[in-house]
Amino acid sequence: MTNPVATIVFLVLIAFVIILGFTAGRWKAGDMSHIEEWGLGGRRFGTWISWFLIGGDVYTAYTFIAIPALMFGAGALGFFAVPYTVVCYPILYLVFPKLWKVAQKHGYITGPEFVRGRYGNRWLAVAIGVTGIFATMPYIALQLIGMQTVIGALGIPGHIPLIIAFAVLAAFTYTSGLRAPAMISIVKDLLIYLTVIVAVIVIPAELGGFGAIFAKVAPAKLILATPPAGSGGSYTGYATLALGSAMALFLYPHTTTGILSASGPRVIRRNAALLPAYTIMLGLLALMGFMAVAAGVKTMPQYAAGFAHYGPSFAVPALVLNSFPSWFVGVAFGAIAIGALVPAAIMAIASANIFTRNIYKEFAASTAASVETFVAKIFSIVMVIGAVVFILVIPNTYAVQLQLLGGMWIIQTFPAIVFSVFTRFFNGWALLVGWAVGIVMATWLVALNHFAGSVWAFHIFGYVVPSYIALATVIVNAVIAAVLSVPLNAVASDRGADTTAAVDYV
Amino acid sequence: MIKILLLAVFVITLAVPFFNRTGPTLGGFPFFYWYQMLAVPVSSLLIFIVFRAEDTDADS
Repeated sequence: MTNPVATIVFLVLIAFVIILGFTAGRWKAGDMSHIEEWGLGGRRFGTWISWFLIGGDVYTAYTFIAIPALMFGAGALGFFAVPYTVVCYPILYLVFPKLWKVAQKHGYITGPEFVRGRYGNRWLAVAIGVTGIFATMPYIALQLIGMQTVIGALGIPGHIPLIIAFAVLAAFTYTSGLRAPAMISIVKDLLIYLTVIVAVIVIPAELGGFGAIFAKVAPAKLILATPPAGSGGSYTGYATLALGSAMALFLYPHTTTGILSASGPRVIRRNAALLPAYTIMLGLLALMGFMAVAAGVKTMPQYAAGFAHYGPSFAVPALVLNSFPSWFVGVAFGAIAIGALVPAAIMAIASANIFTRNIYKEFAASTAASVETFVAKIFSIVMVIGAVVFILVIPNTYAVQLQLLGGMWIIQTFPAIVFSVFTRFFNGWALLVGWAVGIVMATWLVALNHFAGSVWAFHIFGYVVPSYIALATVIVNAVIAAVLSVPLNAVASDRGADTTAAVDYV
Repeated sequence: MIKILLLAVFVITLAVPFFNRTGPTLGGFPFFYWYQMLAVPVSSLLIFIVFRAEDTDADS
């Protein structure tokens, strides 16, 4: 332990939220033997709790570490996180209040359950559900990496603290369900806002103002490179990264869970206008990558070991250590660590909801509500243990690569979930074929990039369009689904299998 | 029709060739950064206007 004051503040904050997590089950208490109570908080969260909960879902510890790290390493490209977390909100506004209504009416607690009801096609629903679980696993693992980075920066060696933290996480998730991360997310956000506000006042003052900070960034990294003739260059790369990421965002099981736990469509619409407040915070946080460049932490000998071990991900921890007194280092690192626990808990719960409703219930004999909840609780523990084992056994770079792939996979559920909210034009089997083609094509292109890059230069009529692979492949997916739907609906329409009614979507 | 404002959010935030420049700077921020940061509250306001225009008590 090289920093006792910071470590003590850090541990006190973590202990506080753990106690909060265990007591959260009694808050707005419902019948916890029912999965809608455990896994969805009884669909009872109002505007403010939803704001904190969805904020905790979207703006995670990994984001706080990785986005500034990308700015620190790659420069302006990393700022795509800002347009990404703006354009996701019109999508939230247009699509998800409708999904909430149909889900509430039919008792769905996951996205794939809606697809099951809409098409009566269990294989399509299983494909969508499994995609969600697979995309979520590396995402939980990345939250652990975020926490590991700050624990390492405090000078605490070994994996034991991380294992303890996530064992406790699994325990309070088991007992309190979604109410635990909902309550903790309030503490997390207050700490994160405090840290960011202090950082953007104190650090620029130490470094001579924002003008001086930007002046220290290499000109080639300050803005995007101008595209060469005949190519969209970094422009289409940047825009497609933002748009594709935004389209994928609310399809993740954990974000869908956050949305469906709201008390009504109006809460979701209002939050589409309120949630961008987090994006301002994220933009300022991204700029901490440039502050780390300007402060020159990379060349300071005391941080050499950290950068050698964690790479650019160490930029923010090093900047925090370099700029703040010990006690505030504890606050900032506590904020990041709690920012890992909140989404990790929601991810475990959301995956458990999918496993229970779309896999267990689909193939097991019909079960009682209490058995269903028990299966979900056990699976949430399996998800957390899986993520911890993942981190201990597999090098961290694989988690990053799998998370990148996860984004490519989850967006392939866009036609089946989002289009189906508006139209019943598609055929379930056509959507399944489109999904399969999208998954294979995206994985293949990422493999050609050696799992390191998410942008591919597509050649279209002699013009080069570098594009986020997820966006390009989901377009192929949607076109295939649409084209196949016409003949399939002509010979073997599945429209009669729709258990939802047009009035559910108004 | 008020939903057209939601389309404006996409145009404002994804118009990369327009905002990929360093000047004019504002408070030391190059244009690329302050424009995109400013686009956040503007987008939030546009979504809020749509919300208010469409809001009914029917589904509260």
